[in-house]
Amino acid sequence: MEYVIEMNGIRKEFPGIVANDNITLQVKQGEIHALLGENGAGKSTLMNVLFGLYQPEKGEIKVKGEPVKITDPNVANRLGIGMVHQHFMLVHNFTVTENIILGSEPTVAGKINIKDAAKKVEELSKRYGLAVDPYAKIEDISVGMQQRVEILKTLYRGAEILIFDEPTAVLTPQEIKELIQIMGKLVAEGKSIILITHKLKEIMAVCDRCTVIRKGKGIGTVNVAETNPDELAALMVGREVHFKVDKKDAEPQEVVLEIKDLVVTDARNIPSVNGLDLDVKAGEILGIAGVDGNGQSELIEGITGLRKIKSGSIKINGKETSHLSTRKITETGIGHIPEDRHKHGLVLDYTVGENIVLQTYYQKPYSNSGILNDNKIYEKAKALIAEYDVRTPSEYTPARALSGGNQQKAIIAREVDRSPSLLIAAQPTRGLDVGAIEFIHSKLIEERDKGRAVLLISFELDEIMNLSDRIAVIYEGKIVDVVDPKETTEQELGLLMAGGKREREGVS
Amino acid sequence: MQKLLKNDKLFNIVVPIFSAILGMLVGAIIMLIGGYDPAAGFSALFQGMFGSPKNIGEMIRAASPLILAGLAVGFAFKTGLFNIGVEGQLLVGWLASVYVGYALNLPAVIHIPVAILAAAIAGGLWGMIPGFLKAKFKVHEVIVTIMLNYVALYTTADIIKRYLYAGNEKSYKIQESASLSSGFLSDLTNGSRLHWGILAAVLMAIIMWFLLEKTTTGYELKAVGYNRHASQYAGMNVSKNIVFSMTISGAFAGIAGAMEGLGTFQNMTVLSAFTGTGFDGIAVALLGANNPFGIIIAGVLFGGLNTAAPQMNFNANVPSELVEIIIALIIFFVASSYLIRLLLTRFSKEGK
Repeated sequence: MEYVIEMNGIRKEFPGIVANDNITLQVKQGEIHALLGENGAGKSTLMNVLFGLYQPEKGEIKVKGEPVKITDPNVANRLGIGMVHQHFMLVHNFTVTENIILGSEPTVAGKINIKDAAKKVEELSKRYGLAVDPYAKIEDISVGMQQRVEILKTLYRGAEILIFDEPTAVLTPQEIKELIQIMGKLVAEGKSIILITHKLKEIMAVCDRCTVIRKGKGIGTVNVAETNPDELAALMVGREVHFKVDKKDAEPQEVVLEIKDLVVTDARNIPSVNGLDLDVKAGEILGIAGVDGNGQSELIEGITGLRKIKSGSIKINGKETSHLSTRKITETGIGHIPEDRHKHGLVLDYTVGENIVLQTYYQKPYSNSGILNDNKIYEKAKALIAEYDVRTPSEYTPARALSGGNQQKAIIAREVDRSPSLLIAAQPTRGLDVGAIEFIHSKLIEERDKGRAVLLISFELDEIMNLSDRIAVIYEGKIVDVVDPKETTEQELGLLMAGGKREREGVS
Repeated sequence: MQKLLKNDKLFNIVVPIFSAILGMLVGAIIMLIGGYDPAAGFSALFQGMFGSPKNIGEMIRAASPLILAGLAVGFAFKTGLFNIGVEGQLLVGWLASVYVGYALNLPAVIHIPVAILAAAIAGGLWGMIPGFLKAKFKVHEVIVTIMLNYVALYTTADIIKRYLYAGNEKSYKIQESASLSSGFLSDLTNGSRLHWGILAAVLMAIIMWFLLEKTTTGYELKAVGYNRHASQYAGMNVSKNIVFSMTISGAFAGIAGAMEGLGTFQNMTVLSAFTGTGFDGIAVALLGANNPFGIIIAGVLFGGLNTAAPQMNFNANVPSELVEIIIALIIFFVASSYLIRLLLTRFSKEGK
């Protein structure tokens, strides 16, 4: 019995498209198998077929050599297939144990035996190195721990084959490291793992073999040890991809954004940004490196006026803006690519065109004395769609119908086109595929070369290292150091991000 | 997916029509079960709606406040708010129109608009309260509007009794110069109580459409309704928009009250229970898919069903309550076809 899972010639159609076309996936016992593909390539569809959410039109599935018909997730569970979802399926005001047993509660005469359950959870968590507190409430624990709860949920149900759907998308670098260790331990205990991802680095780090799919078609399976990220990327995208961003040295000029002693408090009135100093010059990209939750979001909200600052000063082009409204600040020349494109970046029910004028609808030529000029709005949208290669059926399509990458391109088109003197890019490539990332990176550098100040916030160290001309490390609401990306290493940054000091004091 | 989205507009029209037909069909079945003759029942109902000029006149008369109440609900809904307080806003609007109609002496060309405006302002202020509480203190508008309905009901009754009481549980009549009723329309429809109010209703529907679809104000209101966070990010004043939206919604409801005060009744009764028009407005908005012109059609249909119900009872011996059942069924099918649509969209999303 060589393969624990075999999916042969799977075909799944949806009205109008073929999501999976003759895809074959064979997973060996005890391996970590990557499923690599761009957004919309059909990875999730394939996994949903395996998990019993969809029925394939063609093809067969074998589990441990036995042909099976997986009609719903319960069947999948019984066959030992467990799914760790990207968006956690947890009840927030339930405890860890309650969430884990949800749906298969051990009962004594109708009463849940929570103690036994908690004991079993504890055993499992020790065995696989999944540190959780069985009695903690979900809303009180970190994202990393929530994910461990998701993993425990599948193990509790006796899963032998675990599907991880883009597990690192929500994690900090530290949590990613922990997850990688956990995955190693799971495999060592005889489990098999299918890892859905488009992050090549993770594949190189943890996987044994990798199956690549592109536009619904299976491209092939490679041994990770015999390949390299460039080859994988080329397989995934179908052409060569440039990882190293080509860029000239920065020519920084006058200071555009100047922040002094800034204090911003969070919703609980605790200072998240606590005495922060920072300046960004025209013609440079300043990257902010830091672990999520060290004040990055509050810093951006403070600069853009979305959150009232407690004290300190923010100057844009020499003008104090810290007590202006968001609209006034936007008008002084800030472009803001927000962290969460669905929450802040777009009105999903508005058309692409309406979204393009989200900050300028009240200005000429898009409106006149309060009356909208649809012709001008859609004319503008059409031009930007062409310039930024936003793939949309038309400018009248609701933003909701676009893929994540194209939604992000629409936002970038809007923000860059307003020609701001300062462009704030928060996690601009989160959840996007390589092609879109490449495009967005080149746009940011283009803006820098036009003499704009770019403030980049990202949890992806690679992105920070590749794009930034200077890197400011944020820790507990302060900039603890500013380093030159050419003279630093990921290790050094990692240390600074965790609150450590640089060894080579005084060298920069 | 794309195909379905393109058909969305068509879907919006098909669903209400389909629901109305289904509602009547199930209504017919219920008549059968109850031992009544559905053919006779429906023919009497149809007669009651379209059978004579007078019936048509009554149908349109009853439709005017329903349309305006529907606009009030639909407007709030389009901006992401649920205004259950149309009933209360209607009552204060009704009272304001009657007071202005009774107390002032003006030529009709000025008196009527002033009285309608007074109703709009009163309803608007009444709607502004929950809007303000929501914007400032995050109090849910549904709760506040429900409570304010009762406040409006008993306050208006008390004010009439104290200051405007003409005896027999009624307020003083409004001046001739403030009246919307028209001998011309009445003669045209063989003596129905049809008045000029329908013009106000249609005008308001056009205003709602224009405001929401063509102005920057409407762009902001809808944006805030769809996505509060993105609106804030874009520099819009979310609180201001919530207050404004509830005020406009309340103003529509206030004008609905003016239809009763200046049109149908010419005075206001000391009410001990709600008129129901404000709540029917929710149904009208739902059936009209929150579209101003859909709301006009839905308002006319519900107006007709209401005015024809006694006729059905009289001519076919079918209890007039059956109309209530049919209305409820229509709403039920509209609501459940949203479910069907939900399933359809989910299915097509999986295809992505």
